[in-house]
Amino acid sequence: MQEAWRDEILAKRVLVAIFNKAEKLGREVRFMDVCGTHEDTITRYGIRSLLPKNVKILAGPGCPVCITPVEDIVAMMEIMKKEPSILVTTFGDMYRIPTPKGSFADMKSRGYDVRIVYSIYDSYKLALKHRDRLVVHFSPGFETTTAPTAGMLWEAIEKKVENFKIYSVHRLTPPAVEFLLEQGTMLDGLITPGHVSTIIGVKGWKYLTSRYGIPQVISGFEPLDVLISIHMLLQMLIEGQAEIKNEYERAVKYEGNIEAQKKIDALFNVVDAKWRALGIIRRSGYVLKKEYEEYEIRSSYEVNIEELPDLEKGCRCGEVLRGLILPYECPLFGRVCTPRNPVGPCMVSYEGTCQIFYKYGSLYG
Amino acid sequence: MCLAIPGKVVELRGNVAVVDYGGIRREARVDFIPDVKVGDYVIVHTGFAIEKMDEEAAKRSIEAWNEIFTLEDFPEE
Ligand code: SF4
Repeated sequence: MQEAWRDEILAKRVLVAIFNKAEKLGREVRFMDVCGTHEDTITRYGIRSLLPKNVKILAGPGCPVCITPVEDIVAMMEIMKKEPSILVTTFGDMYRIPTPKGSFADMKSRGYDVRIVYSIYDSYKLALKHRDRLVVHFSPGFETTTAPTAGMLWEAIEKKVENFKIYSVHRLTPPAVEFLLEQGTMLDGLITPGHVSTIIGVKGWKYLTSRYGIPQVISGFEPLDVLISIHMLLQMLIEGQAEIKNEYERAVKYEGNIEAQKKIDALFNVVDAKWRALGIIRRSGYVLKKEYEEYEIRSSYEVNIEELPDLEKGCRCGEVLRGLILPYECPLFGRVCTPRNPVGPCMVSYEGTCQIFYKYGSLYG
Repeated sequence: MCLAIPGKVVELRGNVAVVDYGGIRREARVDFIPDVKVGDYVIVHTGFAIEKMDEEAAKRSIEAWNEIFTLEDFPEE
């Protein structure tokens, strides 16, 4: 079935249609993606270079690992120093994210027990295996990752697996897009992330369109999905419509995944939260509710971390995340800053725009 | 970390499924897909199935796109 979404003939037809629509529109339009996987599709298949000159694609804050606050990573490391027997798990890209005080990888090389997991389920299994040890999952991610966290915690609570805890740095995506709009990032349409939408549904994004008049298309991740979504956005602009449409109907329902929403709502409160290089965003973070607080490692250890600089001097990750520049506009890109020697978080994560651009080289045109 | 990929459920044990991704098999939690069956396609993200892939809907939309883009921009065909 997936192959059908790589149909070249159809893709060419959609492209011709995009050119027709863009010409009809006759002005420059800017669409933003806010998902690392969309950015990967767009850059890997060279979609920017295929599009008409007046259709620009910006990359937004689609990298949860990139926006995880420095202070939280450092706080987790301080907790480990206080309690060296803790087994910490996190995702591979989180493991390498640099801070002024080092990374989880550095902690590992100093002898602390940090392990890379593919899923919070792996982390939970470690807690079951080592009932005498405290296992803490340092847990970043948007709604798509918050749902698994909620599911796993739910089971830990029901089965009273008390040696399993999290450090929640989960974030919500629509408030970040709203933040960019309020800050003045100029957008003509949003390529809305399909997998976040499987959880929160079309309804989770709707308010952005009604409040800010911004057309949205919830998009799948094959190149054809993205092209069709761009075409749908252009079509709306021509007709003067501002609506939210769902291109990814094969996976996204209007109401989203109710089971996942129930678990998230049962366990988490939504609070104002910091995003690295972006600042505080209103109602954009998930914290565990008071009654489940014991599953949050911060409730057992008090650490006070002074505010630290978000980025190394010269790193323009903040502008990259806001969609204000593309990575090659950063003078350090590809010269000083590479995936082997990353200067900023956007070069470390597989979902970071800088790493994606580096990986696919010249195709960003 | 956020890559979510579709695979086919080949085995079910309570909340855990074995999912086949074109030959590679891995466990995935299905806590959020209460009506999942062997043979269903699911989208898996960090080890959790987040939604079913509706094959019928997929087929319908490909057909619809084919029709739209043939009629609209290639009227001669
Ligand atoms: S290329 Fe490196 S230094 Fe420049 S913005 Fe990206 S991460 Fe920062």
